[in-house]
Amino acid sequence: MLTDLYIPGDSALHRARPAWKLALLFLYCTALFVVTHPVVLTVGLVLVALGYGAAGLTLRDAFTAIRPALFVLAIIFAAQLWLAGLAMAGYVTLRLMALLMAAALVTYTTRASEFTEGIIALLSRAPAWVPKDKIALAMSLVWRFIPLIRTQFDEVREAQRARGLERNMLALVVPLVVRTLKTADEVAEAITARSLD
Amino acid sequence: MTTRDITLIALFAALTAVMAVFPPIALPILPVPITAQSLGVMLAGGILGAKRGGLAILLLLVLVAIGLPLLSGGRGGLSVFFGPTAGFLLGWLVAAFVIGWLTEKYWDGLSFVSATLICVVGGIGVLYAIGIPGISLMAGVPISKAFIGSVTFIPGDIVKALVAAAVMVTVKKSYPIIGQAA
Repeated sequence: MLTDLYIPGDSALHRARPAWKLALLFLYCTALFVVTHPVVLTVGLVLVALGYGAAGLTLRDAFTAIRPALFVLAIIFAAQLWLAGLAMAGYVTLRLMALLMAAALVTYTTRASEFTEGIIALLSRAPAWVPKDKIALAMSLVWRFIPLIRTQFDEVREAQRARGLERNMLALVVPLVVRTLKTADEVAEAITARSLD
Repeated sequence: MTTRDITLIALFAALTAVMAVFPPIALPILPVPITAQSLGVMLAGGILGAKRGGLAILLLLVLVAIGLPLLSGGRGGLSVFFGPTAGFLLGWLVAAFVIGWLTEKYWDGLSFVSATLICVVGGIGVLYAIGIPGISLMAGVPISKAFIGSVTFIPGDIVKALVAAAVMVTVKKSYPIIGQAA
């Protein structure tokens, strides 16, 4: 099953409209990049901490947001330390962490379905040349296709394991791609047969 | 755009998402494991062509942005677009488009060698040309330093270009998509 990164809660941040949260995030990001000053960064970090507190999230959630980037952050820190010294290295790394945590805060407090509804609401107001139905169709199809292809991948992997080929990239990818293309034909026929286009 | 085109776009977005859970290839000399996901980017362009391939990757990125953990290592959400390697995600989009465009252009005589070249140009050349300035901008390091930091990933990307090329040539023989009227 497909689950998003949403963490349930009932704070003001959870209830705020996704468009507002996105706008604030872009404002936050721009401010941190345009004004390079320790005071701005400190205010930024305090704001993120307040946000996590207000949303009822823990330090561990904030760390989860940074963890995938830790390796890259360490390299950047080392490079900056060597190029520009400790102060700059600390500044740049902390700023990236602030951005990562702020972006994750929006993701944690907004369901994927809320964003989808927002996109569909935007589409309904889009000009006539935008293929709204097709965009909506593609978005709804992909939700169903991810579990489907995951199942097909497991089947292919089982079959190739029986042949001793489960580590062979080509033996995994070619059957999976051909199956995917066949699925496309079947699904497209089924949609056309129901006269939905 | 027919219904079949829409279906293909959605399926390749899903396929690229699923490639995040492929068993990583480990090359003995490399410190970084190779994830299969950028293989999906090469295949989207190389099998569907420029327009559909690019749209498939765009669709995947939209799903990631709205909070689905579809990138390798279960990453997802808005933070990946604000991290140091965000440029590479934008680069995927352009890479899929360029690979698709080149594949369409050289479709008639497509061989393993030309397909490999196409994947290297789009999947490495174009991708790094966007990703490396991205690191440089986000991390405040000079482009040359960002390049040195990214070099360790290039051998893995060459392996992926070879795999993608082999798949492109095989699929062209057994189940061609680009040759048909799009």
